[in-house]
Amino acid sequence: MTSASELTMLQAVNEALHGEMARDERVVVLGEDVARNGGVFRATEGLFEKFGEQRVVDTPLAEAGIIGSTVGLAMAGLVPVAEVQFLGFSYQAMHQIAGQVARLRYRSRGRFEPAITIRAPFGGGVRTPELHSDSLEGQLANIAGLKLVAPATAADAKGLLATSVRDPDPVIFLEPLRGYRGIRGEVPDGEHLVPLGEAREARTGDEVVIIAWSHQVELACRASDALAAEGLSVAVLDLRSLVPLDLAGIAAAVDRCGRAVVVEEAVQTGGFAGEVVATIVEECFWSLEAPIVRVSGYDAPYPVGQLEDTYVPDEARIAAAVRRVLEVA
Amino acid sequence: MARPTEDQLRAILVDMVAARTQAGRLWNLQRQGRVGTLAPIDGHEATIAATAHALDPAEDWILPQYREPLALQRFGPEVLEQYLLYNVGHPDGSRLPESVRVAPLQISLATQVPHAVGLAWGMTLRDEPGVVTVFFGDGSSSEGDVHEAMNMAGVLKAPVVFLCMNNQWAISTPLHQQTAAASLADRAVGYGIPGLSVDGTDAAAVYEVVDEARTRARSGGGPTLVEARVYRLGAHTTADDPTRYVPPEDLEAARRDDPIDRLETHLEALGLWGDEDRATVQAEALTLFDGAFERAEAWPTAPGALMDHCFAEDSQRMARQRRDLLGVAGSSGEEVR
Repeated sequence: MTSASELTMLQAVNEALHGEMARDERVVVLGEDVARNGGVFRATEGLFEKFGEQRVVDTPLAEAGIIGSTVGLAMAGLVPVAEVQFLGFSYQAMHQIAGQVARLRYRSRGRFEPAITIRAPFGGGVRTPELHSDSLEGQLANIAGLKLVAPATAADAKGLLATSVRDPDPVIFLEPLRGYRGIRGEVPDGEHLVPLGEAREARTGDEVVIIAWSHQVELACRASDALAAEGLSVAVLDLRSLVPLDLAGIAAAVDRCGRAVVVEEAVQTGGFAGEVVATIVEECFWSLEAPIVRVSGYDAPYPVGQLEDTYVPDEARIAAAVRRVLEVA
Repeated sequence: MARPTEDQLRAILVDMVAARTQAGRLWNLQRQGRVGTLAPIDGHEATIAATAHALDPAEDWILPQYREPLALQRFGPEVLEQYLLYNVGHPDGSRLPESVRVAPLQISLATQVPHAVGLAWGMTLRDEPGVVTVFFGDGSSSEGDVHEAMNMAGVLKAPVVFLCMNNQWAISTPLHQQTAAASLADRAVGYGIPGLSVDGTDAAAVYEVVDEARTRARSGGGPTLVEARVYRLGAHTTADDPTRYVPPEDLEAARRDDPIDRLETHLEALGLWGDEDRATVQAEALTLFDGAFERAEAWPTAPGALMDHCFAEDSQRMARQRRDLLGVAGSSGEEVR
């Protein structure tokens, strides 16, 4: 029996980084304020003191330079772990992410191994200024060559990040802002690895399945628990990674329940929830007993503070969607 | 700062003449529809070849834009082989063997400049002695990536030679509409790094300047910006018609400073070069080219190559797509049902 500690997601991220830097001296951490300050959220706390200024580097404020330099670091045989301070800022590096990081292996026909991890906090609910809360999963998933990982629990934050750093392909690792300190749980001590592409059943149930990732899993679980009090059996499937996607896991859950709700925080049009719906239709259309319902943000930019609770899906909207898919006889 | 020896200058000229000769052949092949759109090298040969000769192919890297390969013979015959494979449209053309320290061509302008910083920085972290030379143009110098990269390299003291090949034209946009700066090398001041402007049609001068920058980088002195002033003697690409915008008198003046003529004149005066040498080099260049081109056209191809190397391993979904694209029995959905 391995020991475990109660950690926040943020502490779990930090533990994974400490573990991977200790394990593999090729791992370098770079980004804005990641060294002396330990990151603006303290995700990289203690790394600079432990591993030194060569391997933990405060860069100039230059997203394209940070992400672009990870390509060169990977060409030199290193394993860069870059932080983009907020996912919305990755727009300023999107040409490097999409055109360069994602294609390094492909363009060089396997000569260069893009063992690059890009960590970024995202998602709303903490009253940030504009462009600090945007969810870009749909856009990122549409870039061939990237893996996209979005943990929902503290244990997964550690286990999936460690796996991502070791993964030979570029991984965009999405960390929910609200979950940094808001989500906590038992996290195995020492080495802990969670494979990419294996969804997790966060709640069991057989009437409806709510499919979600990252912080929305937490809300889906609360909705499931509330509905359980009304006698409804609502499963929650935490995708954990969007690319690769657990096709079999999605199909098994929908086959069992016959009804599905897909939740995401992003703009609805072109969002990743649509990809999940398409997957369900391809994999298990004949198991469906009702149309699938999406719960998402709106086709409007992520708003500023006073409006964000209206924008972001909450338990009530998720529960309402569950009731809606149950209305169909 | 070392001057090139006479032998080195002659070797540089051989590469320049070969490049120009092969470029002519390539242009004709494009007109025959046997290769895709490409960017001719004419006018840039001295800058590229002299830079390559000032570097050590065993330790130093070159990150090209897309106009350079024909004059990079010093980094190995594979550069020509793969460039022709690239031009016939085969993805393997972007793969050079491990021993050749040249990155794939970069079509997205200036994006390779931050890569150079990361690579050079990574080499210092690994205690490797080499420097990274990254080529980009006057047009690319307006891209934000160049700014971010030069600034970051200055801070990190990364061993990079930023080789800005200023050929006066970004397709049809002349330099004065690209920048109000008197010299692109002046930008270096803002990054706290040395900036040198050199006549890029003078192979000896380019060699000296790159050698100086390389020596500084190797001794921990950090990056240097080199502006090599040349004139694009041909079209931007095979899809471009420069007669629409290049003033004929400017082109005529530039032709009088053709880098090949300049170096030939110099070496002829030293008794190291003559018509026979030129004819021999041209003949050998074409023999080499034709052999490589024959191999490129015969290079095996398969539809599945379009998914190879996207990831280290296919995902489940990609494996299915691959079977679909190869027309193998078993449609989507079968596997998980």
